[in-house]
Amino acid sequence: MEQGRSIVHFVNVGKTYDGERLIVDDLSLEIARGEFLTLLGPSGSGKTTTLMMLAGFETPTRGQILLNGQEINRLAPHRRGIGMVFQNYALFPHMTVAENLAFPLNVRALGKAEVEARVIRALDLVKLGGFAARRPAQLSGGQQQRIAVARALIFEPELVLMDEPLGALDKQLREGMQYEIRELHQRLGVTIVYVTHDQAEALTMSDRIAVFDQGKIQQLASPTELYEKPRTSFVANFVGDNNLMAAEVDTLRSDHLCSVVLEGGAKVIAVATDELMPGQKVMLSVRPERLRLDPDAGAGTSSRLKGVIEEIVYLGDHMRIFVRTANQVRFLIKAANKEPHHGLTKGGMLTFGWSAQDCRALPV
Amino acid sequence: MTVTAITSPDDSRSIKRELTRSLRRRKLQAFVLVAPLLLFILFMFIYPIGGMLLRSVYSPDFARAMPATVAAIAEWPGSGTPPETVWAGVARDMLALQQRNEAGPVAAALNVEMSGARSLVLKTARNAGKLTAPYREAMVTLDPMWNDARIWQAIKRLSSPVTPRFYLAAVDMKVDEAGSIVSQPEDRQIYRSLFLRTLLISGVVTLCCLILGYPVAHLLANLPLRISNILMIFVLLPFWTSLLVRTTAWIVLLQKQGVVNSLLVWSHVLTDETRAELIFNRTGTILAMTHILLPFMILPLYSVMKTVSPVYMKAARSLGANQFVAFTKVYVPQTFAGVAAGCLLVFILAVGYYITPALVGGESGTLISNMIAYHIQKSLNWGLAAALGAILLTAILALYWTFNRLTKIDIIGLG
Ligand SMILES: Nc1ncnc2c1ncn2[C@@H]1O[C@H](COP(=O)(O)OP(=O)(O)OP(=O)(O)O)[C@@H](O)[C@H]1O
Ligand SMILES: [Mg+2]
Repeated sequence: MEQGRSIVHFVNVGKTYDGERLIVDDLSLEIARGEFLTLLGPSGSGKTTTLMMLAGFETPTRGQILLNGQEINRLAPHRRGIGMVFQNYALFPHMTVAENLAFPLNVRALGKAEVEARVIRALDLVKLGGFAARRPAQLSGGQQQRIAVARALIFEPELVLMDEPLGALDKQLREGMQYEIRELHQRLGVTIVYVTHDQAEALTMSDRIAVFDQGKIQQLASPTELYEKPRTSFVANFVGDNNLMAAEVDTLRSDHLCSVVLEGGAKVIAVATDELMPGQKVMLSVRPERLRLDPDAGAGTSSRLKGVIEEIVYLGDHMRIFVRTANQVRFLIKAANKEPHHGLTKGGMLTFGWSAQDCRALPV
Repeated sequence: MTVTAITSPDDSRSIKRELTRSLRRRKLQAFVLVAPLLLFILFMFIYPIGGMLLRSVYSPDFARAMPATVAAIAEWPGSGTPPETVWAGVARDMLALQQRNEAGPVAAALNVEMSGARSLVLKTARNAGKLTAPYREAMVTLDPMWNDARIWQAIKRLSSPVTPRFYLAAVDMKVDEAGSIVSQPEDRQIYRSLFLRTLLISGVVTLCCLILGYPVAHLLANLPLRISNILMIFVLLPFWTSLLVRTTAWIVLLQKQGVVNSLLVWSHVLTDETRAELIFNRTGTILAMTHILLPFMILPLYSVMKTVSPVYMKAARSLGANQFVAFTKVYVPQTFAGVAAGCLLVFILAVGYYITPALVGGESGTLISNMIAYHIQKSLNWGLAAALGAILLTAILALYWTFNRLTKIDIIGLG
């Protein structure tokens, strides 16, 4: 990425609070201008800490953070011009909605008329035109969230940070807001760094996703790539459902494929994701929706297994079938409800398979 | 008892009766539980305050001591000197008082209304046995002061048991001899300026407490719990030592030969001749009261500040406000409820404070409550003490009401 396109650059950033444990560990990350980047990871993986260092509320213990090419490690938060949306909105309870929105403009000493015009425009932007005189406490959670977004955008920052902004909303509202934030991003062209631990949210909203675990980025990729081509077993497991099997590399083949031996002794062909060595321990990963119930019908099925059906969960558009194989590996199969599946009963035997292209050998 | 379904109307009626009875039993239990407190409040709080308020307007002692006079003087319109019946009444009452040896209080009460009346009454009572009809001539011969219309007007005023005079006295006014309400002469005015001084000193003490307490409360609310708990003990420490000990400690520190003055002399800031008057004056009262009332400011502030999430400050900073603007525009307004509660508490306590100003206040640092105590213990003018107390009570209630209104608006705003 060349200089002009990247707005934020983390250079080997490390952060520790207690001098012992690195909460953020040697983080290097470039964020492109206009991009929607999501930091995804389990609780405690250092997402908020990373965001707080960018916002200026924490200083990196090590490394540099560049904003538009300038080092900002020690720049005070209010001089950074970065908008921020907090998880619990952080709308000022003693101010009306309009006063909340006007706050960033007033501290910038904008003219009264200008402030008023911008407040009205911002309220229209989030479709809350008639709410100017209300107090935050008189708004619903979703409305508060929108005001918080409008307030972070109103002073036209280039970069907006959002720390689990939808965490407190119920599922339906959350999906609506995901769409709205996404739309705002496209309309205004701001750069958004978004934190969530909800992988579905990350997948639907982002241009790129950085998967965090224990202070390190495990993989930084587009949603499709992250889902289709996870690079580590952690990513494979964290993003979407997954079936994991412990295995050992047997032989490497030329076409990015390799042959591996499962714990039970069965041989399977899988995509070699990395530089693998024969004899190396790996995790095989297959998405549940890529497992086939009728392995003989379709072409390209390269591996098959047999197991006992432990549980069938009917979910309308699809079924989840839990199968346990002879060597006690539990598989989850998602079968689309396209045609009736007959003969599936709890306790019955089931043969299933997958194509080599859908099975990835991940280093452990 | 067995549990059965309610089937017949008869059944349901008896169930209802059962229910009412059990509810009544529960109410009775609740009442029994609060009864001791209720009784305590009734007898220790409502009854004495009610009695005090009554005493400030109701003073039947004079009328009771002079029944014949009071009965006769009701007819008299109040100009000139009264008719012979009134004179006769006075003579009879004086005789009765003299026999019971109770002329003193009457003389004192009348003397408050008109100076010189004490000796007049005592003299008349002493000679009451010798007075014969017509009483007017007899009494004027005994003392020509009886011819003065003003003494009769004073008697008429005192004969009514319901009286505004204590309240008038409490605001440095009186009913003059002509019956109109006027201010006391300059040199006898004390209460108005004392009220003002009380409000002023209380205001200054409240302000000092706020200035000193706000940062401390802020620190306490934002430190890690372990440290803030330790600091909280220091805040509460004064509560564990007796008020008297703390006040005396201030005397030790601040008196002319005290620690502070000696240190200042030792460090050549002052000389032995110019040792500062730090106590037994207004400065002493303000210092000692600020110290004693400080926890009452810190605690409400702390409890409100605890609820203000630090995320608001962060939000303000991220929106472009520097530390100062974020603090004043975002943090401070959210602590107004605590400021109001703390100020109200400290101010009310200060207005009624008694021991500390009595010990360290000297002449210029005494407050209205010291005056109330004086009238209750020394001058025995309980009516005036009651009136002063009632005025103080009214002022505090008015203040409380205003603050309540103001903060309620704010609290509704905060949701
Ligand atoms: N101020 C602090 N002092 C000490 N440790 C902290 C501080 N803030 C965070 N931590 C620790 O740093 C680690 C990472 O915290 P962080 O808030 O960055 O996680 P996160 O990825 O945002 O998690 P979540 O999804 O739960 O919000 C946690 O183990 C946390 O205990
Ligand atoms: Mg977090």
